[in-house]
Amino acid sequence: MRQRPLSPHLDVYRFAYTMATSILHRITGVVLSAGLLVLVWWLLAAAGDAEGYAGVAAILGSGPMQVLLAGWVIAFVYHLCNGIRHLSWDLGYGLEKTEARRSARWVVIATVLISLALLYAGFVLRGAP
Amino acid sequence: MAEFRLPENSRINKQGKVHKAPAGAARVRTFKVYRYDPHGGENPRVDTFEIDMDDCGPMVLDALIKIKNEIDPSLTFRRSCREGICGSCAMNIDGTNTLACTKSCDEVKGEVKIYPLPHMPVVKDLVPDLTQFYAQYASVKPWLQSRTPAPPDRERLQAPEEQEKIDRPSACILCACCSTSCPSYWWNGDRYLGPAALLAAYRWIIDSRDEATGERLDALEDPFKLYRCHTIMNCTEACPKDLNPAKAIAEIKKMMVERSHT
Repeated sequence: MRQRPLSPHLDVYRFAYTMATSILHRITGVVLSAGLLVLVWWLLAAAGDAEGYAGVAAILGSGPMQVLLAGWVIAFVYHLCNGIRHLSWDLGYGLEKTEARRSARWVVIATVLISLALLYAGFVLRGAP
Repeated sequence: MAEFRLPENSRINKQGKVHKAPAGAARVRTFKVYRYDPHGGENPRVDTFEIDMDDCGPMVLDALIKIKNEIDPSLTFRRSCREGICGSCAMNIDGTNTLACTKSCDEVKGEVKIYPLPHMPVVKDLVPDLTQFYAQYASVKPWLQSRTPAPPDRERLQAPEEQEKIDRPSACILCACCSTSCPSYWWNGDRYLGPAALLAAYRWIIDSRDEATGERLDALEDPFKLYRCHTIMNCTEACPKDLNPAKAIAEIKKMMVERSHT
């Protein structure tokens, strides 16, 4: 007999807040892992001589790198906020449908506000390098 | 491993049949229905049916029955109670898993898209093969296990508050809406038990009359069976009985931690 087809899944399932917050958590986690390597690279340079550090600082201060850094800040804030949401779920709180919907909204709002504050502090108050 | 694309034999063939509404129909709605004929040798397709809603019941199941009775008798789907208690007519309607009998057509905007439960082998049209789903349910031993003999003159008694704990979880009708809405179950359905089976496991774990709690938790202590749940919450959003499998799974995870610290 012919093998049974697999019914459609990702293509047909409505992309609701549940899947969106979950996949974003994973994506930001991966992004942060890459960002950690850059952070280590920067720290290594800081521990080395002045000339080497100046080179690394120049690369990190370049336009495209600054955009990436801003991205990492947003990824970090989202992962942190949604991580707290997951932590409360693991403790057994906030698992009702209405609560989960509300906390998803709060995660998005908090991510936007905290990211804006951090980016303002980092890029405006401190002054671009 | 997660396989995001459908296999070659499952991709939807663009040439679906179109059945126009009868002339003079005033309130026409379009239903797009997934079709697969196991004997035709062709890939699945999506047929279009235009229905006059003035001549059709309000629920999606009413429309499907009308199509089968009046337009295309080969359309195949499961249904029985038409009141949300048998769980037979579970399918993906308007992008969400639910029961066709309790889903009103008015709740859907635009075309009514109807697919079988996602990421399941399709027997025919809207009928998925639920063999593995039922096997997973059976694997959690969904019956009372006890060592102490029952009182000879009456039932095993339970306080009202103990009964209350199992009241909602017991209302599961095994329609499979939750498990087949779960991306984790899509990618790891062969090893992850899925929300429905885990909700059943929870229902027996917290039953005050059951004496196999330890064994039940032991059976779930596995990187896949329980811990592939990443609290996405699709299950709880999908459940047509308004149950909360995600919370039940979180409670089981908590019990796992608690018992390892006592």
